[in-house]
Amino acid sequence: MSDYVAGVSSDAKKSPKRVVFVTRRTSAHVRSQDEEQVQTYPEALFRAALAVQVLVIALVLMSLFFNAPLEGIANPTVTPNPAKAPWYFLGLQEMLHYFPPVVAGVMIPGLLVVALVVIPYFNINIRPDGVFLKDRRRNLTIFYIIAGGLSLFLWFFDVYVALAPTLAVAGFLLIAAYSAPQSTSRFRRYLVSRPVSWWIMTWFLLELTVLTVVGTFFRGPGWSWVLPWRS
Amino acid sequence: MQSRISTNLERLRASRLWNSIFRSGSGTSTLHRSMAIQQNVFLHILPTKVRRRMLNFDATWYLGTLTLGTFLVLVITGILLMFYYHPSVPQAYFDMKDLRYVVSSGLFLRNLHRWSAHAMVLLAFAHLFRVFYRGAYRPPREFNWVVGIILLLVTLLLSYTGYLLPWDQLAFWAITVGSNISSAVPFVGQKIHFLLLGGNLVNANALLRFYVLHCVILPLAAVMLIAVHFWRIRKDGGLYVQQSEPVAQCAEETAGPATTEETAEEVMAKP
Repeated sequence: MSDYVAGVSSDAKKSPKRVVFVTRRTSAHVRSQDEEQVQTYPEALFRAALAVQVLVIALVLMSLFFNAPLEGIANPTVTPNPAKAPWYFLGLQEMLHYFPPVVAGVMIPGLLVVALVVIPYFNINIRPDGVFLKDRRRNLTIFYIIAGGLSLFLWFFDVYVALAPTLAVAGFLLIAAYSAPQSTSRFRRYLVSRPVSWWIMTWFLLELTVLTVVGTFFRGPGWSWVLPWRS
Repeated sequence: MQSRISTNLERLRASRLWNSIFRSGSGTSTLHRSMAIQQNVFLHILPTKVRRRMLNFDATWYLGTLTLGTFLVLVITGILLMFYYHPSVPQAYFDMKDLRYVVSSGLFLRNLHRWSAHAMVLLAFAHLFRVFYRGAYRPPREFNWVVGIILLLVTLLLSYTGYLLPWDQLAFWAITVGSNISSAVPFVGQKIHFLLLGGNLVNANALLRFYVLHCVILPLAAVMLIAVHFWRIRKDGGLYVQQSEPVAQCAEETAGPATTEETAEEVMAKP
């Protein structure tokens, strides 16, 4: 046998108890402290390996059946029309179609990154209350100003592609504003309980998806509107 | 057959050589399994235990794991592709043709790299939104969210710098369109544009710069940030458990197990 055997053979299943210091500002309501835990090795690691294997199989199958695009050699004298960025930047390229580069190419992505980074540092994004459940009048006023101002702005610059998702989210917010938390409709109860951070992120996700899809599939020569199924 | 393999495996694990490498030794006890994580330089950034609930598919959809999976595929296929690639004009394009028609499985290699790259961008975005909607960015996990955002930017830059390397029309004009945006930055736009491309136009210098960024600088940054990202999960008390469901507003759901259980850290984290 080897010289390096661990001295103790322990098979303890217990986790150390956690201690909470309850200050005057903390509400002490730990309802359950015992959460069933399992060993990372093998339980979590094997599941992760399995997930990665399924992914690799899917990627290999895709690579066997679909070839990566390769066009003619780069030629600075022949500009393809339209010249498109990679798909994940086409939302920005779509914005570039409406706004000057300093706005669509610098300000919007810059503000986006800053906005994403600071999310967890503002209490408004931590609070789980439905947006109109507290300070209803004040929040309604803010909502009308922001939604109205943004919609008018997008309409003024003919950015209908970004206006549509904005109006859709504003519509659902209105439903949320005029629904009771005890509403019989499950959907309405769901909307009412959504906090403000949820609404902003959902608006962002919707804009990102719509702009990227439009930029990828619905834009042709001169960034004109084309239908992908009519080529 | 089965038993012979396992007997030999047991013998291997009991050997002096094995024990000199894996210090946890052989055994299936909780201690041995904890030590398998603790005593391994790569695995010790993970916690030794995880909450069973977090292994369910709906808890995370395994999006973070899958993003890491695509990254591993990209590193392996990327290194293999580097054996066949010269970052020079016009040889880079001819190498693409060679990969397609000359190199054994070259086409497959490039396909796998390309599709995995797209998958990684998509999965990173999906991971971001999933984490947000679960509310997992909340304190004490704020900083890991920030690391995640930086990792998303690194992912986008990795994909973007790789986009130029085939040196075809698609690559050249996509990078021309993208890099032109950088010249819109007030005051220093032209300088940034020149720094990025090593010239005023996308040319051989730009190809070399993007190659170095794509194969050295950005992957190193990604590896380090991924290590921090995983390590912070352990340091911040494991994967976030509580759903972002506002308890007070979901009267009919408060009875469910998902919202009533809170760990001590989450109680402590409350303002």
